[in-house]
Amino acid sequence: MARVRRTPRFALILCSLLPLGAFAQSRPLEIDIVGGNAAALPIAVVPFGGDAGQTDIDDIIRADLARSGQFRTIGEAGLPERPTSGAEVAYPTWRMLKQDFLLVGRSLPEGSGYRVEYELFDVAKQERMLGFALTAPAGAMRDVAHQISDAVYEKILGVPGAFWTRIAYVTASGLGRQSRYALMVADADGYGPRTVVNSTEPLMSPSWSPDGRRLAYVSFEGGNSGVYIQDIASGSREKVASFRGINGAPSFSPDGNRLALTLSKGGNPDIYVMDLGSKHLTQVTNHFGIDTEPSWSPDGASLYFTSDRGGRPQIYQVPAAGGSATRISFEGSYNASPSVSFDGKKIATAQGAGNTYRIALFDRGIGGGRWSMLSPGSLDESPSFAPNGAMVLYAAREGRRGVLYAVSADARVRQRLVLSEADVREPAWSPYRKK
Amino acid sequence: MNASTSRIARTLLLAALASAVAVGCSKKVKETPPTDTGSTGTTTTTPIDDGSATRPGAYGPGDLDTDACLRNKVVYFDLDQDALKPEFQAAMACHAKYLRDRPSARLRLEGSADERGSREYNLGLGERRGNAVSSALQANGGSGSQITVISYGEERPVCNESGEGCWSQNRRVELVYSAK
Repeated sequence: MARVRRTPRFALILCSLLPLGAFAQSRPLEIDIVGGNAAALPIAVVPFGGDAGQTDIDDIIRADLARSGQFRTIGEAGLPERPTSGAEVAYPTWRMLKQDFLLVGRSLPEGSGYRVEYELFDVAKQERMLGFALTAPAGAMRDVAHQISDAVYEKILGVPGAFWTRIAYVTASGLGRQSRYALMVADADGYGPRTVVNSTEPLMSPSWSPDGRRLAYVSFEGGNSGVYIQDIASGSREKVASFRGINGAPSFSPDGNRLALTLSKGGNPDIYVMDLGSKHLTQVTNHFGIDTEPSWSPDGASLYFTSDRGGRPQIYQVPAAGGSATRISFEGSYNASPSVSFDGKKIATAQGAGNTYRIALFDRGIGGGRWSMLSPGSLDESPSFAPNGAMVLYAAREGRRGVLYAVSADARVRQRLVLSEADVREPAWSPYRKK
Repeated sequence: MNASTSRIARTLLLAALASAVAVGCSKKVKETPPTDTGSTGTTTTTPIDDGSATRPGAYGPGDLDTDACLRNKVVYFDLDQDALKPEFQAAMACHAKYLRDRPSARLRLEGSADERGSREYNLGLGERRGNAVSSALQANGGSGSQITVISYGEERPVCNESGEGCWSQNRRVELVYSAK
């Protein structure tokens, strides 16, 4: 049998995820893949041997890799052989099937959970690229599958995968006095949605803390907008801003110690930064236009934000300590809701022209910067980058309801995530989870 | 002159216009009989309040639902605009008079936007509209201390179809009396 490196540390970490199961479970999101990528890399994911309880680990991995747009997988029916370890792999079989990569694995009961071993092979080189084992409780097998997907993605593409992450979003149903709002958290593949907050008053603008443990959001439960920070696992929360006027658009700084937000206590919406330890506020912008939607640069030194100081909303950049703002967006008559990639090179915006709003990507790394369109419109909004910058989550309008889409940053593959019944909006992709 | 400066100029112009309309409107209002005069011999049932409602020609709480002018409690706006349209000036004048007549009254101005564009930006837009209504009421003699502006942005639509017919219903400021 192939040598498998043991990584028992996973067992401890995954145990700490269990309290999440205490949240009320509702129907998972449906997922459809729209479009495809001819240049995707072919990888065969063979059904894992042994027993991992109710969870189909290889099925989750196949779905993850396909959704990324970077890989093409073959269905179980197309597999002539089903090796579960390196010793059983016959390379010519997979070469004939024109597969570049092969993933095999098996799971075994261990304690109250399972031990999952997997191996990744380069078919052309006839080499093993990865060989690991993860041990986790039975309830965390989906997490194990996503972690394997992440490892495979990183080994082949040289970029960390973002499958073992989560998304936060807001759902709304009803009109007028029948309105109901919920702040939800689900796995990045839409599985296991959990309610974080329910309200009869609007909820808005979820923002993840960099450690992925807390969410900042806007709630109107007090009769006006207020900014709250809530611990996801325990549910404990704190109201950090409830000034006269607008209290909106919270965004955690990369170090987690500060919160950028929009306040109109000075008479019109301006950007402020709150020190979360002392609650001391620093005013960053001071303009009679609407300044809102601050988003941090990865180094924490500056903020991107939306402002209509030039007439229509556009994206500006300002030092986080305050100073003069520089306009960044010069294409499209309307640009709002900036989301910045981890390396600071790409900015996704909701770009408007007439009655059409699409998600646009500004790549500052190319020449003087280049724009491309990520979505077809016509009422697309709220872009949010995956932590690896490879995908962007956004909200779209379909008839009377909102749905979420995830699109690859090269715009080649889009996937649709539909929550039944309710209007789904304002997605926020979590940071990497801590192993 | 940039867009924001022109917006301020426009708001001031409309506020001045509103004051002019207010004079005409309040004269008309004085001719409206107090609501409880119709019920002869039952004057003892008049609700006890700050006493201002008993002055001839002054508004009382019942007028909010019955008076033809005061019943207008929603102000609609054009796309991306926070300028008050002339058709709402009469309503500004009578609600301002109501606030003057009843110093204990408290008014919430709930500003909203249609679904297009960013939600947080639309919060700002809803507040601008609320502020425009607040300015018009104050230009007509209402006290700013009686008025609170709240913006709901696009979060509290009255309809959710994607089209101008619905969008125009959502670009609004609702006048909500938290104390009559």
